[in-house]
Amino acid sequence: MIHTIIAYVEDKPGVLNRVASLFRRRGFNIESLAVGHTNRPGISRMTIMVDAEDENVARRIEANLYKLVNVLRVDDLTHKSPVARELALIKVKADSKTRSEIVQIADVFHANIVDTASQTLVLEISGTAEEVTRLLQMLEPFRIVEVQRTGVIAIQPGDDQDYSDPSLFETIQTKQD
Amino acid sequence: MPILSGAQITMEVLVKEGVELIFGYPGGAIMPIYDAMLDYNIHHVLTRHEQGAAHAADGYARASGEVGVAMATSGPGATNLVTGIATAMLDSSPIVCITGQVPSQVIGTDAFQETDVTGVTLPITKHNYLVTEIAELADTLREAFYIARSGRQGPVLVDIAKDVQNEKIEFQWIDKPVKLPGYRPDMSADQRTFQEAADLINNAERPIILAGQGVIASGAMAELLKFVERTNIPLSMTLLGLGGFPASHPLNLGMMGMHGEAWVNTAIQESDLLLAFGMRFDDRVTGNLANYAKHAKKIHIEIDPTEIDKNVKVDVAIVGDLREMLAKLTSHTDQGNRKEWLSKIESHRGDSAVRDIKHMPDMGHLYAAHVIHDIWRLTNGDALVVTDVGQHQMWETQYYHHDTPRSLITSGGLGTMGFALPAAMGAKLSCPEKEVWVICGDGGFQMTAAELTTLAQENIDLNVAIINNGYLGMVRQWQEFFYDGRYSATPMLSPDFVKLAEAHRATGIRVSKREDVETAVRKAQSTPGVVVIDFEVEKEDSVYPMVATGADLDDMIRRPKPEIEW
Ligand SMILES: Cc1ncc(C[n+]2csc(CCOP(=O)(O)OP(=O)(O)O)c2C)c(N)n1
Ligand SMILES: [Mg+2]
Repeated sequence: MIHTIIAYVEDKPGVLNRVASLFRRRGFNIESLAVGHTNRPGISRMTIMVDAEDENVARRIEANLYKLVNVLRVDDLTHKSPVARELALIKVKADSKTRSEIVQIADVFHANIVDTASQTLVLEISGTAEEVTRLLQMLEPFRIVEVQRTGVIAIQPGDDQDYSDPSLFETIQTKQD
Repeated sequence: MPILSGAQITMEVLVKEGVELIFGYPGGAIMPIYDAMLDYNIHHVLTRHEQGAAHAADGYARASGEVGVAMATSGPGATNLVTGIATAMLDSSPIVCITGQVPSQVIGTDAFQETDVTGVTLPITKHNYLVTEIAELADTLREAFYIARSGRQGPVLVDIAKDVQNEKIEFQWIDKPVKLPGYRPDMSADQRTFQEAADLINNAERPIILAGQGVIASGAMAELLKFVERTNIPLSMTLLGLGGFPASHPLNLGMMGMHGEAWVNTAIQESDLLLAFGMRFDDRVTGNLANYAKHAKKIHIEIDPTEIDKNVKVDVAIVGDLREMLAKLTSHTDQGNRKEWLSKIESHRGDSAVRDIKHMPDMGHLYAAHVIHDIWRLTNGDALVVTDVGQHQMWETQYYHHDTPRSLITSGGLGTMGFALPAAMGAKLSCPEKEVWVICGDGGFQMTAAELTTLAQENIDLNVAIINNGYLGMVRQWQEFFYDGRYSATPMLSPDFVKLAEAHRATGIRVSKREDVETAVRKAQSTPGVVVIDFEVEKEDSVYPMVATGADLDDMIRRPKPEIEW
């Protein structure tokens, strides 16, 4: 089962490498990993889509992430109906005969045409990973030239958790000698 | 404010962290720190190889519980530390390694002696740092010590660019807690779980404790003794747990696992409740996981949450420092009476004594068992023993009985040959009052024998027992059992160890007869400096019992019974 795991990490050199190395070393399968700055200086946020056979594996992934010194907070959103989106740019062959059909398909998927050239079109889609995959399938017969997917980003809907609270990212070091 | 160089700041922090000893080896990229070192009251031990420095720091840490420090230059110096760091990582030993790095301006250009050391050591350190800003140096070093010694301990490496060592800034030590917002060394368990665990304990008929290194690391010896004596639950130990509970205690059954005692492995398989205290269900202690303690409920007390359910699924997990957790758990448990279960385990000892080589007629041969038993006897079981890796290591666990914590130091998780001699150097320097014995094989000894000269230079007093069987014995044993006796690359010619010892300013003794063991051991005890005894033992003896890789834990290869009764 694909789990949606969010990691808040310190924005320092090498942190992405530490996270990637952890997944490789422990044999956890990453489907996708997307990372970007947050509104909070010094903190980046990762959405990690990972294939975990059972809840036990997902829990261990969480614990292993927490063990990294630069990881501030980990949340498994899998069972919290996350809002999940992926962005993709797709360049596809389009001639005078196929162009209008491609534009119609783009319409159905709420994809934008962001570039038009004599031989190709570039489509921009934002949707669930499944929607992106389905659009790609639909475009396959026209010959896809190039694709870039961002990997999934996700956020928890609703008012439950207020991440503007800075204490969520601080651990109080109780025992220090 | 005084103006200090990065090198001086490094030494200032080391002094504040209580460091008195550094094991290391200099070179270009760390020369500023070596220069500053002369002005500080810290003793430097020049090992003959950086691997030796890392093992010595590790031995120092394991013997004392304090952080050990190793130092090396960039490139080859740092990569030579790698085996020692990996060894410390797998056995959760707190060491800090400080390496010099090429100047920050040329990092990434394949400069002379440049290696991406933080990259290389990323998966084998608890955490590591590359310092390219002098403003971050002091805090980074303090964090390194804090991370190494807190929570589940482990190695931390700090790679310091040479320009940072040379640069000068205003510096004043400020005593403030380190700020590591993402570091959680100790997550304490939920109160409810103690009652759940206690209910399992109070209702169990055939419980058994599996005590690991966590007992020693958290200093839970007294709490464990209290728990055992209240509940009357028998106890077995992992390799690294040895010493955490007195071997002489009647409820201590002995070691579990691949070369554990037969009755212990059988008892684990029959038990209805496993109490895993500070251990991690390594494959060397479980055997075939599919059939491991199938009828037992499992309670796991462990400081590292990533160990929970990693290899063995447990019913109750208590995450936290073992000493505290055990004290809380004990107050929830009832006084126990386990007569029936204990006598069942007793019956499993069966003919084990008859199969013990120590009790068999020797026919004039010298067995490792005799040697180690005699060393135990002649040191009154009080020595600090440091072993290498192989058959002799397992025989040590069977014939040297440890009653006190930190009296056995051995590479368990990584099984690093060459560990013993340098680790013993670190151990002896941290506990100078202890009688220290190295027990090693003829193979492993040769991997780090150059440290004999370091021991001479430092006037260190310790004894080395080489269990010389002319083979890479443990591998030979596997070849005998599992590869039709085809001895591929295991017969080994060794140097004349007596002469080798003498060339290194040590005393060398050769023993090939059982009746000479005692005299040699006594001579070693009364001779100052290093004494190396070359015990020429039976060449093709094997360690029994043995659980083959992949076999069930109670499916053991046993030593054949002697053919003649006597
Ligand atoms: C650095 C390293 N290389 C290889 C091994 C594999 N290995 C495990 S035990 C062993 C044999 C050790 O021989 P020796 O030191 O003579 O000890 P013995 O088993 O004969 O007591 C070997 C080669 C290892 N554990 N460590
Ligand atoms: Mg040998």
